[in-house]
Amino acid sequence: MNFIASVLASSISVAAPLMYASVGEIISERSGVSNLGLEGIMLVGAVTGYLSALHSGSLLAGVLGAMLAGAVIGLFYALMTVTLQANQIVCGLALVTVGTGISGFLGKAAFGKIISHSFNRIAIPGLSQIPFLGPVLFEQNLLVYALYFVVPLAWFYLFKTRPGLKLRALGENPAALDAAGVSVYLLRYLYVTVGCAIVAVGGAYITLAYTPAWIEGITAGRGWIAAALVIFAVWNPLFAAAGAILFGSVEVLGLRLQVIGITIPSYFVRMLPYICTVVVLIFSTGSFKKRKASSMPASLGKHYDREER
Amino acid sequence: MKNLGLRIRFEKRDPLHPLVRMLIPIASILIALLACGLMMHFLGYNATGAYRKLFQGSFGTFKNLSESTLQAIPLMLCSLGVAITFKMSLNNIGAEGQYMIGAFAATGVALYCPWIPVPLVLPAAIVAGFLAGGLWAALAVAPKALWGVNETIITLMFNYIALLFVDFWLYGSWRNTAGTNLPYSNPLPSYALLKTLGHTRITSAIFIALVAAVLIYVFFKMTSRGYQARVIGASSQAARYAGMDIAKNIFLMMICSGGLAGLAGATQVTGPIGMLQTNMAHGTGYSAIIIAYICKFNPFVILVASLLFGGLIQGGYGMQLVNVPEQIVTIIQGMILFFVLAGEIFSRNRLVLYRRARDDAEHFPAESEVAES
Repeated sequence: MNFIASVLASSISVAAPLMYASVGEIISERSGVSNLGLEGIMLVGAVTGYLSALHSGSLLAGVLGAMLAGAVIGLFYALMTVTLQANQIVCGLALVTVGTGISGFLGKAAFGKIISHSFNRIAIPGLSQIPFLGPVLFEQNLLVYALYFVVPLAWFYLFKTRPGLKLRALGENPAALDAAGVSVYLLRYLYVTVGCAIVAVGGAYITLAYTPAWIEGITAGRGWIAAALVIFAVWNPLFAAAGAILFGSVEVLGLRLQVIGITIPSYFVRMLPYICTVVVLIFSTGSFKKRKASSMPASLGKHYDREER
Repeated sequence: MKNLGLRIRFEKRDPLHPLVRMLIPIASILIALLACGLMMHFLGYNATGAYRKLFQGSFGTFKNLSESTLQAIPLMLCSLGVAITFKMSLNNIGAEGQYMIGAFAATGVALYCPWIPVPLVLPAAIVAGFLAGGLWAALAVAPKALWGVNETIITLMFNYIALLFVDFWLYGSWRNTAGTNLPYSNPLPSYALLKTLGHTRITSAIFIALVAAVLIYVFFKMTSRGYQARVIGASSQAARYAGMDIAKNIFLMMICSGGLAGLAGATQVTGPIGMLQTNMAHGTGYSAIIIAYICKFNPFVILVASLLFGGLIQGGYGMQLVNVPEQIVTIIQGMILFFVLAGEIFSRNRLVLYRRARDDAEHFPAESEVAES
């Protein structure tokens, strides 16, 4: 019981950046704009978050700095894909390249410097006393606690509110929304920007809470894993959170097994999240399934051009 | 509705003359360089000094030009590989991993197969690089070919798996016996190394790249299988209706694509690097995607663009002399792609400025037309 609880608690902490990234991407993709550049946004979020915290001495400033950087990238990405109608897959790849470069470029100033404090685990009095659930859920850091609100809120907004209905319609049938007098372009700009800001927090989580330091390429493919997670989660924030914990537990279990003495070479353990992504993608979208995943937003990745209506 | 401000809008235009269309990527490259220069300037770096070093270091002297060409060879091979899959709408972004697996296989043949006769070691290593890269790519694309799973993320995941797989050997039984602590293999024996041209370090692998470019051109222009690949790229439904075996074509193209990336790795191991090193692809596979895309997958344009990108990498070392971080090269590459992507809309549309009249749903493109190109 104790072992399971500690594995689950670590899994949530490993899964948190994936949750931020996949929730941000779900918001963007539900509006019809696919963004494969998550890895680049997370890297920029990681470095700007770290630098902001380093210079201001405030962790909140770190998170806000990352969100601001993410929002700027989001605006730029929306300009490219919504206004200039660039190919979204290639544009996402370009974003990964530029994000990798910029994070390494800016990261020179952060290399080897240690922030004075990072997001530590805080046990919530009372709640952390609950048997089993307490140590799993309520002995985490503040950024994980924030997720307990972000994930359900994103779900509630998407599926239970009127603006959320519009957001989903944006990804399904933008022409209908346009006919109803809603500005498709403006809303897509909004949701891509908000989505990217949330993705960037996932990057900042890594440098401010998980391994408080900056190393080049610190996200190690988590952005790509999050992109796969969105498909696996059928564009639903709650499923994405569950999937992220599944990924987290694979990673944590691999490491724990080594501690117990079951020797798998560490290189193969570190492969597990990537292999897991491949397997999950195959089983969640493979055409051998009887019921095909039909929840993909119908207009995902398609440009909206008023003249081609 | 009540907005009276000036607005911009894109309007469809007639196709541009091919020569004019070619200017768009060139202009994009220049704008990208300008934008990165401004960024360096505002971040307090010496931008003009950096660019001077970049051009000196890349094409300024004969030696630097030959070194840039050497840098370009793996880029050429990987970009050609990426191009043939992108041409059939197959997003193979796994060239980085295919390169590593190719390098791994070539090293294995050259160092650990003592039963191969000495004169055959080099050819065997090259062929092994091609086959290993191709099979790795085929494995990554199998879910796409068999069950229609999206290949973009899977090919990318295979990069990380390949890197860790190579690290497993380099930090383990393949680690060099010379006692250095670096995760490198033993150097290859001289009989397993490629010939170099004249006094330069350019390896004969450049001929492999040239031949590959010609073969790819011929394949797509003149063979029925090349035609099938183009049809599948344009519309997989049309291809299926015409009775083409899509899965077979996907596997074939992917093996060739991964094989070319594997060749890049193999010719680096048997070429300038002379051993297997951890993370030796160092972004080549990702640069290849950018090159292939901005060249519109034309094999001959790819050779030229690879040379430019090779110069960018080679000159990038010079930029570090004026304290500009090496990552500027990655940023410039990505920005070039962004500006090429942004420029594409101008080849299909023209920018129109117009004033929106009150309560009028109709747009009047009455104002002057800007940006003809």
